Amino acid sequence: MSVLVYTESENGKLKKNAAEVASYAYEVAQQMNTTATAVAINTEDSASIGDYGISKVLNVTAENLKPFNAKAYAHVLKQAADKEGAKVIILSSSTDAKYLAPILTALLKGGYVPNVVAAPESTSPFKVKRTVFSNKGFAHTELKSDIKIIGVSNNSFGNIENKTTANAEDFSPSLDENIFGTTSVDIDKVVGKATIADADIVVSGGRGLKGPENWGMIEELAEVLGAATACSKPVSDLGWRPHGEHVGQTGKPVATNLYIAIGISGAIQHLAGVSASKVKVVINSDPEAPFFKAADYGVVGDAFEVVPKLIEKLKEFKSQST
Amino acid sequence: MHSILKFNEYLSCDSKKTDLKKTIYMKILVCISNVPDTTSKINFTDGNSKFDTNGVQFVINPNDEFGLTRAMWFKEKQGATVHVATVGGPTTEPTIRKALAIGADEAIRVNAEPLDGFFVAEQLAAVIKDGAYDLVIAGRESIDYNGGMVPGILATLLDMNFVNSCISLEIEGDKATAVREIDGGKEKLTTTLPLVIGGQKGLVSESDLKIPNMRGIMMARQKKLHVVEPVDANSTTEDLTFDKPAPKGSIKMVDADNLDELINLLHNEAKVI
Repeated sequence: MSVLVYTESENGKLKKNAAEVASYAYEVAQQMNTTATAVAINTEDSASIGDYGISKVLNVTAENLKPFNAKAYAHVLKQAADKEGAKVIILSSSTDAKYLAPILTALLKGGYVPNVVAAPESTSPFKVKRTVFSNKGFAHTELKSDIKIIGVSNNSFGNIENKTTANAEDFSPSLDENIFGTTSVDIDKVVGKATIADADIVVSGGRGLKGPENWGMIEELAEVLGAATACSKPVSDLGWRPHGEHVGQTGKPVATNLYIAIGISGAIQHLAGVSASKVKVVINSDPEAPFFKAADYGVVGDAFEVVPKLIEKLKEFKSQST
Repeated sequence: MHSILKFNEYLSCDSKKTDLKKTIYMKILVCISNVPDTTSKINFTDGNSKFDTNGVQFVINPNDEFGLTRAMWFKEKQGATVHVATVGGPTTEPTIRKALAIGADEAIRVNAEPLDGFFVAEQLAAVIKDGAYDLVIAGRESIDYNGGMVPGILATLLDMNFVNSCISLEIEGDKATAVREIDGGKEKLTTTLPLVIGGQKGLVSESDLKIPNMRGIMMARQKKLHVVEPVDANSTTEDLTFDKPAPKGSIKMVDADNLDELINLLHNEAKVI
């Protein structure tokens, strides 16, 4: 009856979001008077998840589970849920988690609620709060099915330490070769740089930057802050920046601690996509830009003057604080 | 429809004949969700238990429209029959007609209120079973309830291959090469038909989207729009109430000549750097 949580890893190490989903699973387990069990696939440091209240880890080690395969991973989680008698399964909001979640939901004939932003309001009946209409609203949703699958929104619940010992157990699911369905032939991934999905800070540029040749200062600002870079929809439509950087309602959602918008006026679709970010800073030459109404801090000024100055000041600040 | 179904079954039974399949048209279903336009103000009504549709303009879900446009590309370049399907009441018909005006050949409306993602997936799975489609394209998620589960659930119910967050798709015979977005990059996958795609921008670019012309709109009126009754299915989730985010507190403005103050605020007040 334990609560099951899938803690994702990359290159054998737990991903940053593992701590948050583990914290969430422990909270649900507490509410249900049970324990939380993690499933870790090809993960060397899975024992460390005990820091977040997880008392048992099912370690799956298998060559054919490298790299990620949504269908196979969903089968692993289904078999783990069957073995543990788990009725509640906690997932993250990563692209991989959102890929496997509906497959798992169909395999278990369960209910799935993604984009959950807070601990369950109650566990009997099971009610959660989630974002809808691309962050323009919240729904309070009841899961009526026996099996309940929760997708926790990035950076919404936080990491809550509850040091315990995670007892490791090897788990060998049976996976038929023909269930994989797809074959990975190439992964093209930025290494050593923060991504929009897991960065604490995102620096984003809009049409106010006038052209792709002016993105040097955006990248430099991002580098100084250890941030990921993003852009508004017009910028990706114009081909100034890759589609993968487009944030907003029809692009990627952003839920970082700090979002810095430079030369972005703040169309309603953009604001919806970034509204889950905790602190928003706007730098824009137009004091009437709608983004100023949705931000925490604002600077009215020419990006080409403000951003280089800000980079210098931040470098000074960083060198003093280290 | 029936003869195509039989022919496809016959082909899939006989692997030696798969080459033949290239010469017959691929059968594509694009699943469409009827959603509020992206500029809509979101309000709730009936004691915050329902979305307030008053004054709201409904459109084809943007992620679905990228898929529909890619389907039209297959139709033009490689030959394909393109059907569209939606689950919804009669009020969704203008949105379906728009898909026909863009160029889909026929439409299917499952006459039921979409209760939740699982329910919708069950309805569409029944449509797909009936139509024996080779390729099903649905949006990665709808921009209203953001469930993101319909393509994955129906693929699993029908035991079809599935690629989510798909930003590029090429088909040759019964082989497919797809690129999906991953956090911080992309992954290229190979798979085979029958296939379900959770699509998004990238399948085609924004500038490829078609605005229906008068001829398309006229022709759409003649095209078949089949209304079918729903199959028995339960919903697994229910939205009880809704609310809106608390209004934003007032902004603190910092002078462009005093950026030390901005850094100070971000460090000491917001504690984010």
